[in-house]
Amino acid sequence: MLAYIVRRILYAIPILIGVNVFTFAVFFVVNTPDDVARMQLGAKRVTPEAIQKWKAERGYDKPLFWNAAEGGTKTLTDTIFFEKSVKLFAFEFGAAEDQRDIGHEIRTRMWPSLALAIPVFLVGIAVNITFALFMAFFRATYLDFWGVVLCVAMMSISTLFYIIGGQYVTSKLWHLVPISGFDQGLDAVKFLILPVIIGVIGGIGSGSRWYRTLFLEEMGKDYVRTARAKGLSENAVLFRHVLKNAMIPILTGAVVVIPLLFMGSLIVESFFGIPGLGSYTIDAIQAQDFAVVRSMVFIGSVLYILGLLLTDISYTFVDPRIRLS
Amino acid sequence: MPFLPVLLRTDMLLWLLVGTIAGYGFYCAARPHLAAPWKRVFRSPAAMVTAVVLAAFLIVGLADSLHFRPRLPAEPGTPAAYAVKVLSVLDLAVTHLRERVEKTYSAPFATRLYSRQQVELPDGRVAREFPRLLYGGAHLQDEAGHGADVARRVGAAALGAALAWLAIAGLAAVPVARARKRRYGEGWRALWRGETELPWRAALATLLVLMLGLVPLFALSGNYHVLGTDKVGLDVFYLSLKSIRTSLIIGMLTTLVMLPLGVLAGIAAGYFRGWVDDGIQYIYTTLNSIPAVLLIAAAVLLMQVYIDAHPDLYPTAEQRADLRLLFLCIILGLTSWTGLARLLRGESLKLSRLEYIQAAHAFGVSDARILGRHILPNVAHIVIIALVMDFSGLVLAEAVLSYVGVGVDPSTTSFGTMINSARLEMAREPMVWWSLASAFVFMFALVLAANLFADAVRDGFDPRVRVGALPEVKGAAA
Repeated sequence: MLAYIVRRILYAIPILIGVNVFTFAVFFVVNTPDDVARMQLGAKRVTPEAIQKWKAERGYDKPLFWNAAEGGTKTLTDTIFFEKSVKLFAFEFGAAEDQRDIGHEIRTRMWPSLALAIPVFLVGIAVNITFALFMAFFRATYLDFWGVVLCVAMMSISTLFYIIGGQYVTSKLWHLVPISGFDQGLDAVKFLILPVIIGVIGGIGSGSRWYRTLFLEEMGKDYVRTARAKGLSENAVLFRHVLKNAMIPILTGAVVVIPLLFMGSLIVESFFGIPGLGSYTIDAIQAQDFAVVRSMVFIGSVLYILGLLLTDISYTFVDPRIRLS
Repeated sequence: MPFLPVLLRTDMLLWLLVGTIAGYGFYCAARPHLAAPWKRVFRSPAAMVTAVVLAAFLIVGLADSLHFRPRLPAEPGTPAAYAVKVLSVLDLAVTHLRERVEKTYSAPFATRLYSRQQVELPDGRVAREFPRLLYGGAHLQDEAGHGADVARRVGAAALGAALAWLAIAGLAAVPVARARKRRYGEGWRALWRGETELPWRAALATLLVLMLGLVPLFALSGNYHVLGTDKVGLDVFYLSLKSIRTSLIIGMLTTLVMLPLGVLAGIAAGYFRGWVDDGIQYIYTTLNSIPAVLLIAAAVLLMQVYIDAHPDLYPTAEQRADLRLLFLCIILGLTSWTGLARLLRGESLKLSRLEYIQAAHAFGVSDARILGRHILPNVAHIVIIALVMDFSGLVLAEAVLSYVGVGVDPSTTSFGTMINSARLEMAREPMVWWSLASAFVFMFALVLAANLFADAVRDGFDPRVRVGALPEVKGAAA
């Protein structure tokens, strides 16, 4: 099993290198730092000196791959590729275009993101499983039919409407919670309740429908027929056999997103003014801060690959066939 | 010529796509084995209902995709000059909506503005009051008759719609009677009782609902702002209609990019295996591992830099907005082909091990021919299901991306830009709700119809649904 995990880790390395080279190509080769500088400075203030100064302040004035002016290893290390791309592997993100340290921002902003994302994740799974079990229990009846219709209808509503509607009803109409903002420690709870509820509701449609399909697929299998044939009640079949077996795809499907919880939710965080990584990313996109976007792309891929790795490992726990082969 | 046709790039591609779909339809109609799954799809009332709704959206979107520049009035003898502004056939049909711009917000069916303005009274004093609208309800002498006027017009339009619907339904009974070689009355009865092969009754019922809703809206839009006006006084109904094209373009043109990439990569990986498979899997795992929104955002930001650096490429604002829309479709396509490729890889892996493929190998059939003749037709159902399923997701994604600031050009009307500009209106006192509500209703109708239609298509095409899972589950419940 150790060999299996090591093999999966080794497999992840070329993908990370691929992401790194890809982002480098996209950010530095398609558009030169000169173009970016011109856009950041705005059309009016563009002079060749201003561009040079802007680039020098941020270290974009070096050659892309090969610095012939320097000697020794510096021909390779004193380049944009090494400074801006290779150093990402050591999680050295450097400074944003406004000269603030990206690494520090990420370390402080990941906690609010997690405070929002973890409850949404856990409550979401619980609610979706409950609703899906409900539909599967009443399968092929009107309850099931209208449950699925409700799911499809909920899937058809944009997240933006859930947020705007939720903010309007609870904050403006009922004055239950503040409309947006954040606070330290336990005081954050009152700011987090509404975003968590909205995050959960927004995911019910697709989540429950997907889980319902999994349950129904499981119910069509032979061991379920055996269980019924030996006289088990429908409840025992559903909760003891089907639920347990359907949890395998549900949990392994959930594992892949766990590391990505760090990234936070772009839209919800920015609407509710939560100072997490999601709103950081949105601000960076809107300010066209390429250094931050580049760092977030890299972190996102690292976390996704970590999620794949965790999925593979979790398979070995739930499915002995993989462990033994 | 009274006008100069303008062919925007997205128009061209959209019409090309519509033409391809129509051609595919004719191709299928002549071949029973290809027509059979579509017949299965349309036998479900849900598919019929949603197809009618989608057709209504498609008509509006296509009418908005025929662009031209009208000729300016000029002295006879001088060379013809054309307006700079590019209009579409839809713009022409709703000229009254486009040109009647109020000063600022006004509520649906209102006769007065929604906010107080400085008004100079006849005697020279200045007062702050809610002034009458320039166009909304301007035909009313006396505002007291406002409610009665609206009710009368709605009633008349609804009556007209119902009569028109009766005429359409009456005409629809003719082919039904013909097909059964019976008298007209029996055709009408068959239609009414839902005894036709395809559920035409459901389609007609949907048409009735649509007509009862839309005909009064259109009829009254000449005298009122039926969905209100936005901050700069534009008619919200007009904005909603214009947004439909943007959604359709994003939902449909993206597939033009996604389809060739996904199909080629997917079946090549599954069929050739070995290093081809490794390479393709590596590419799509790498692309997949970058969070989608960030990848799209990065690409769109770079596109902006590119457009800023090359202003000479796009002379007019319309062309720039149009090109941005096209780029957005391409970017969405480039980031979303991986799912289709993975599905097709799995299926062609399975297929390429089957005996008939091995037999083809044994006969010395070339790889290209095996892929084209034997693999591709047998994965076509997956392609069709995936394309139809992706449509609604893309429409929803447009709204989110426009909110983030990496969606369509700010000058392009879309549901995303509508929501984005309306979201602060909820905080106003008193609240402005109609822009948001209109965007919500139109978008919800479009996405819900697309989702339900996609489900019907999946049920009709997916062999697993057809022969396996569903009947057994139903049996188990009994």
